[in-house]
Amino acid sequence: MSTIEYLSLSKPKRALYKIGSFFANIPLGIGRFFKKLPRYLLKFIKKIGNPFVNLYKWLINGDLFTRFSFIFMGFGQIFRGQKIRGFLNFIYEIVAILFIVFIGAPNFAALPTFGSVGSAQYEIDVPPFVGYKFNDDSFKILLYSVVAILIIVILVFLWYTSIRDSYELQKLKYIGKSKSDRETIKDLGGKEYHKVLLAIPTVGIACFTVIPIIFMILIAFTNYNTNHMQPKELFDWIGLGNFQQLLGLTGDSSGSQFVGVFLQILLWTIIWAFFATFTNYFLGMIVAIMINKKGIKLKKVWRTILITTIAVPQFVSLLLMSKILNTNTGALNNILMQLGVIEQGIRWLDDGIIAKFTIIIVNMWIGIPYTMLMCTGILMNIPEDLYESAKIDGASPYKMYMKITLPYMLFVTTPYLISTFVGNINNFNVIYLLSSGGPLFTNVNGQMITIDVFGAGQTDLLITWLYKMSMGQVFKDYGVSSVIGIVVFVIVAFFSLIFYSRSKSVQNEEEFQ
Amino acid sequence: MAKERMRSKKGVEFTSKLLIYIILVIMSIIWLIPFVYLLSQSFASQYVSGNFFPEEWTFQNYINLFTDTIYPFGRWYLNTLAIAIITAILQTVIQLMTAYSFSRLRFKTRKAYMKLILILGMFPSFLGMIVTYFILDMIGLESSIFGLILIYIAGSGMGYYVAKGFFDTIPRSLDEAAMIDGANKNTIFWKVILPLSKPIVVYTVLMSFTAPWGDYMMASYLAQGKQELFNVAVGLQQMMTKGNDVRYFPQFCAGGVVVSVGIMALFFWLQKYYVEGVTGGAVKG
Repeated sequence: MSTIEYLSLSKPKRALYKIGSFFANIPLGIGRFFKKLPRYLLKFIKKIGNPFVNLYKWLINGDLFTRFSFIFMGFGQIFRGQKIRGFLNFIYEIVAILFIVFIGAPNFAALPTFGSVGSAQYEIDVPPFVGYKFNDDSFKILLYSVVAILIIVILVFLWYTSIRDSYELQKLKYIGKSKSDRETIKDLGGKEYHKVLLAIPTVGIACFTVIPIIFMILIAFTNYNTNHMQPKELFDWIGLGNFQQLLGLTGDSSGSQFVGVFLQILLWTIIWAFFATFTNYFLGMIVAIMINKKGIKLKKVWRTILITTIAVPQFVSLLLMSKILNTNTGALNNILMQLGVIEQGIRWLDDGIIAKFTIIIVNMWIGIPYTMLMCTGILMNIPEDLYESAKIDGASPYKMYMKITLPYMLFVTTPYLISTFVGNINNFNVIYLLSSGGPLFTNVNGQMITIDVFGAGQTDLLITWLYKMSMGQVFKDYGVSSVIGIVVFVIVAFFSLIFYSRSKSVQNEEEFQ
Repeated sequence: MAKERMRSKKGVEFTSKLLIYIILVIMSIIWLIPFVYLLSQSFASQYVSGNFFPEEWTFQNYINLFTDTIYPFGRWYLNTLAIAIITAILQTVIQLMTAYSFSRLRFKTRKAYMKLILILGMFPSFLGMIVTYFILDMIGLESSIFGLILIYIAGSGMGYYVAKGFFDTIPRSLDEAAMIDGANKNTIFWKVILPLSKPIVVYTVLMSFTAPWGDYMMASYLAQGKQELFNVAVGLQQMMTKGNDVRYFPQFCAGGVVVSVGIMALFFWLQKYYVEGVTGGAVKG
């Protein structure tokens, strides 16, 4: 169908056509994917294979020093003028190999069983060897294994680059040139400057983000909980056991209770993120438009009043609100009762359904000033003549909003919407400080809850539930909490992917400059 | 006819303006009332649930706040202040370095690295806490506030987005001109670009200074119930949960006021930069 034909259709027909073509495109898309698959595969194989081809080339064409570099990293550099660099490479190789042999290997060996000597089997009372001092520690076994893997990956990468550089130096020498350490240092201020700037951030991210995440993903497949806690007890691989528990596939009635709670929390997490994001966004925008409107006086005063509320740290406002909204001792209920508006206290945060509304409304109270501030800046950027010409054409304010303001705002603020939505999925503070996730679930799907659901409440988000699981006073279950972390990741990734694939400003990152 | 239409148009304009004023006034009241309540209750001699203003005004809560031995608010305040200052300085440097690399430098792994950070950021930050705690334990920082500082700083490379958006808007011709004058990239970053980036530097400092004041999740986990490690958020929350929330409510309010006043002063002083950062950050995400 050509564009003209499409435009000649009426609105409902256009919508139908769009829906129809969407579904018609699915098989086409799948077909296209399979058509391209061989090419992707070939590209992938080439990418994987390239390093090996290179290594072979360097081995064949390399001189003695380059070939030695295969065994002693940095050998080529040391003998071709780059002494410091070569030495650093060599030292890393030694340290890494020592680490792998003395710490990595034993832990790797113990990894399949997570150690064999638990406290139950190992009790001696002969001083000074009292207690469970020398039993295996599953936690350390797993952690050191993860660290060892990371060190091996870095070693392989450095090994590869050191041979490559050695070969480059060999080629330079062949044409009568050389490169010393001084030039390497000079490069660090020039084309290699990113290595200087990114060194510290990378170490931080590797140690405190990458290692913990890999570790916790692996923990999701173990039974690491209060009953299997180091240093006394070992934990073990249980395959998909935690996933089964969360999804209620354990086969008994407790399983269905657990999955019931999980699904309710999941549903509420998504509903919450949706409403928290969009109520704030649209209402904040409307407030900004109202303040921005020509002829409204005291613009600065209105803005300052709202900004004041941003300046108060969120946790203060949230804790204050949770006290004000307390059913029995809270100020709001008591003042309303004194005024005779209500007879009995409203259960603001003690009733599952009311609590959900309360939380979303309090969140509006907290979030609208922020959105207002953001929108104000952007609204001022919309070219004034767009509105002028619309006015001349006789457009109503509503129409101008729908056809000019909203599309512009949506286009410009997509990245903000994504990050806010994702931030709300993980919005720990608002929920935890306001309601602590309460009121607790007492029954699910009409069934009384008889199992431990880690204090799950009706306003809990996945993230606060995760927190409760790993902070629990009585029973901590790190295995299940890791699975929840993975679920959160999947949700966030899913929504981000949808948004990002539609946002032009993200795709054309380079063009923005 | 025409005049009448003009008049009616003016009438519509007038009512719509009046409506807006009414809404704005009501909003201002709704937004400010809880804070007025916070302030007034901080001077209350005791908590009476139905009272908006206290019957008896006293300054005792503020004195108690710093002398109470059960809830050492002074200690929490100093903890938070120290954490915030150190974090603000180091986090700003690291975040701007990361942002600058991704914005201005071109290297092979740039896109892949940015994607990696994006994906890592999708995991809930609390997930790896038990490992982080163990790592801190190994290096002996588990029972000091420096552990918390280290965690904040270690993650700071991942929040580069707003600053990158700002750097993207600085014309590249500046770099080129400096390069022709013989400056290397290090000089360009510190001597050319950073002095031009005052708004984003101030914004980043402000953000990294205020974040630790409101962090509950990480701080409460690392403190493991040890009061001397609390920050104000964890401390005041504790004050309000152990079943004595009614007794301690005025003292909590005083604490809230003390915390808010400092941050608010900072906000109003740097308001201009904050607004710029918020707007820019929303667009470039």
